[in-house]
Amino acid sequence: MKILILGAGQVGSSVAAALSVEEENEITVVDRDLNRLRELTEKLDIRTVTGHASLPSVLSQAGIDETDLLVAVTSSDEVNIIACQIAAQQAGAPTRVARLREQEYLALAKQGLGGEAAVTAAISPEQLVCEHVERLIATPGALQVLDFAGGRAQLVAVRALHGGALVGHEIRELRRHLPQGMEVRVAAIFRKGQAVKPEGITVIEAGDEVFFLAPQGAIKAMMSELRSADKRLTKRIFISGGGGIGRRLAKSLENRYSIKVLERSRDRARAIAEDLLNTIVLIGDCADEDLLREENIDQTDVYCALTNDDEANILSAMLAKRLGCPRVVALINRASYAELVEGSTIDIAISPQSVTLSALLSHIREGAPERVYSLRRGAAEAIEVVVRGDRRSSKVIGRELDDLQLPESTTIGGIVRGDRLLIAHHDIVIEPGDHVILFVTNKRDLSAVIALFKEVDWH
Amino acid sequence: MSARIKAILRVFGAVTALSSLIILPSLLLAALWHENTVLPFIDAMLPAFAAGSLLWFAFRNNRYELRLRDGFLITGGLWLIASLVTAIPFYMALPQITFTDAVFESVSGLTTTGATMLTGLDGLPRSLLFFRSSLNFFGGMGIVILAVAVLPMLKIGGMHLFKAESTGPVKDNKLTPRIAETARTLWVVYLGLNVLCALAYWFGGMSPFDAVNHAMTTVATAGFSTHDASFAYWNSPLIETIATVFMLLGGISFSLHWYAWRAATVSHYQANSELRGFLAIAAAFIAIVTLYLLVAGEINGYSQSFRAAMFQVVSHITTTGYASTGFSHWPGMLPILMIMLAFIGGCSGSTSGGIKVARVQLVIQQGLRELKQLVHPKAQFLVTLGGRRVSESVVISVAGFCALYITVYLILVLLLSADGMDLLTAFSAAAACLNNLGPGLGQVAVHYQALSDFSTWLMSFAMLVGRLEIFTILVLFTPAFWQE
Repeated sequence: MKILILGAGQVGSSVAAALSVEEENEITVVDRDLNRLRELTEKLDIRTVTGHASLPSVLSQAGIDETDLLVAVTSSDEVNIIACQIAAQQAGAPTRVARLREQEYLALAKQGLGGEAAVTAAISPEQLVCEHVERLIATPGALQVLDFAGGRAQLVAVRALHGGALVGHEIRELRRHLPQGMEVRVAAIFRKGQAVKPEGITVIEAGDEVFFLAPQGAIKAMMSELRSADKRLTKRIFISGGGGIGRRLAKSLENRYSIKVLERSRDRARAIAEDLLNTIVLIGDCADEDLLREENIDQTDVYCALTNDDEANILSAMLAKRLGCPRVVALINRASYAELVEGSTIDIAISPQSVTLSALLSHIREGAPERVYSLRRGAAEAIEVVVRGDRRSSKVIGRELDDLQLPESTTIGGIVRGDRLLIAHHDIVIEPGDHVILFVTNKRDLSAVIALFKEVDWH
Repeated sequence: MSARIKAILRVFGAVTALSSLIILPSLLLAALWHENTVLPFIDAMLPAFAAGSLLWFAFRNNRYELRLRDGFLITGGLWLIASLVTAIPFYMALPQITFTDAVFESVSGLTTTGATMLTGLDGLPRSLLFFRSSLNFFGGMGIVILAVAVLPMLKIGGMHLFKAESTGPVKDNKLTPRIAETARTLWVVYLGLNVLCALAYWFGGMSPFDAVNHAMTTVATAGFSTHDASFAYWNSPLIETIATVFMLLGGISFSLHWYAWRAATVSHYQANSELRGFLAIAAAFIAIVTLYLLVAGEINGYSQSFRAAMFQVVSHITTTGYASTGFSHWPGMLPILMIMLAFIGGCSGSTSGGIKVARVQLVIQQGLRELKQLVHPKAQFLVTLGGRRVSESVVISVAGFCALYITVYLILVLLLSADGMDLLTAFSAAAACLNNLGPGLGQVAVHYQALSDFSTWLMSFAMLVGRLEIFTILVLFTPAFWQE
């Protein structure tokens, strides 16, 4: 597939990195910054074009006429829309996925500036981050929550802590702990940043990052297996930063929880207050210890630092933790910062890039029978494949899971059949229409896994 | 052993094994014609192939992404090994030459220089002659680029290898997003031109064997011949014209050939300012040399002097180094001019040697800009190429390249003089080797047998330095490269 990526920022680079692993992709990246492109070519086997991404001459130099997929992720919404619009007018227009920050553009981009729609799919990082935080708040203790098969199964990442019933025990003991009929599958374990293959005899240690797959009802029970039961219900939420993300999050949560929003700018605070009627809007600095104490930070259930400043977010989240808030969440743009602080004082580091990236990747693969999600900032991937075809045309239908020739780094988590989540046992036989959920800890094996599930055309 | 060294050895083993296969076609021909060169070819190929494969096999599971620095090491090392391995057939098949001379011959072949230690070419085994020409062929587009095209393991590291071997000031331009595909495309274009050239020579009256051999040495702008007399053997204006056309084509960027071929127009050629500069320089010097020859009364008649001037100028500016009537006896400035032409060389991304037209254009513009800046100290003058601004970092790196190039050249001249060469020989031998031209003046006008062992090694080194555009080899001699 010929792929054209506009913008070599963090998201653009990560998309290029994720897609260039697959053999058949030919990737061209356009950016105005020559040095950034040069750094990228040192690492990846891609072509680069220097120039303003919305100019027709630059696009044609980058081979827009032959492109199958256009990913517009420059820092400017306008450039992204115009580039997509130009691409839409090409003969055999490519699939066009754009990142748009401004809400008002979303409708415009879907409608197009006359004629063809400008984009086939639009990604809004603010909205994605918001939904991400909401899911985390709804599942206390989770580091990451992903929906599979339309929400029929969820993948939850959680850090195992002392006090969890299963911590220090082998995974196979899990069945005895959980209520009868409740099935959960441990899909992947990361220990000190390294993937550990989860087998029956693997012992879960405190500090491990455990990914498990469960039907929605079983998540709570499983969480308490991995950390001392959290009896407290989430009621009070404190949000620092009244920017786009903070405001949107407060808006969608304010009717279910009691919310406080802290904003530095008086004008901005006034504007938010007009919009958020059930929320207490505070004016002040997020690193102001007295203010936080005054507002009973120790009684707050979740503290979210969502300003656009990484350092301020990290410091204020650490401060809130020290002042007694049990769960703190910080928005961190830089991947290296996120790795540094997550799991120590800060419970969850949210990387807008990784959230955007995994949404982008699943959009990019839309139409394809498989969807790929990235876990742990891209260190591993979860794939959901819909099995198509029949016994003759598929290499997997009618076979037991044990007989599948999967690469070493891959495990099958479960199968969603109809409305039920079947946890992977070696003797389950795959049927047409199944959603198979797999985990791949080595990205290089991704294409092999996808190929295995492809329908073979004998004609 | 660190993962990095293992990874380097793994790639190195694979490319060594692959490049030892460049002996294979000659070996097959030798076997077909029952010539006594079969054994030398086998002796050269098998150990290298076995050693390379073994190295690759031992570290085949190593996963480590190569860095730019490793690219220089592998490329430099491969050229060194390939030169030594391909010297073995000459050394074993020809009792009259020493190993030093054999290495010189193989380096001269692989670097597409065309300087030779051999005389009596017409009497040599035909498979050995073919082997000489095939060295030109493989070295022309580059053995490392061939490896990148063929070996699937060189994906990310491939770009670094590619940069270390390709020519020209800007090396980031890929034809296709995947480096292997780019390398493959370049080789296909190169191969296509070779086939066309061979057919044209055949049509022009060469025997099929000569046509194939000369095609391999023409498109590679190398200069080996199968006859001592080179092109004077045929004395045919048609063959010389064919040679001129294909030398020019070999002196043009192969990416440009590909773009033009794909779009099926010549507009890409017209739009390329480096190519226009290259052709303008060639045309200007053909005119000057034609007039000079006429006025000096060296050659009678306009058409004869034009024929000699055209062939010789193109042969030198593309750094091919073919001879028709020879130029060392030409009057006045002409012999010196001919040698100096090779400093300019062809276009970047071509098979020719020299500094390259684009760099010459840039460095002259930069000089003129300094002059203009003296008149208008506050003005903003730009260095442009084809109407587009060239970034300052490229200008600086080109200026650095030229300075280093001239410095290396001067040191070579001094060392040759110190070894007892006369001035004319030292001046021309160093220029002919560094620029991958081939024949020089004075004692090296026809062959390089007059050189002492020391000078021979020195010139072999000069050819490698010139072929890999000095940085790739010289960086291996910096202490910083080996630290850590």
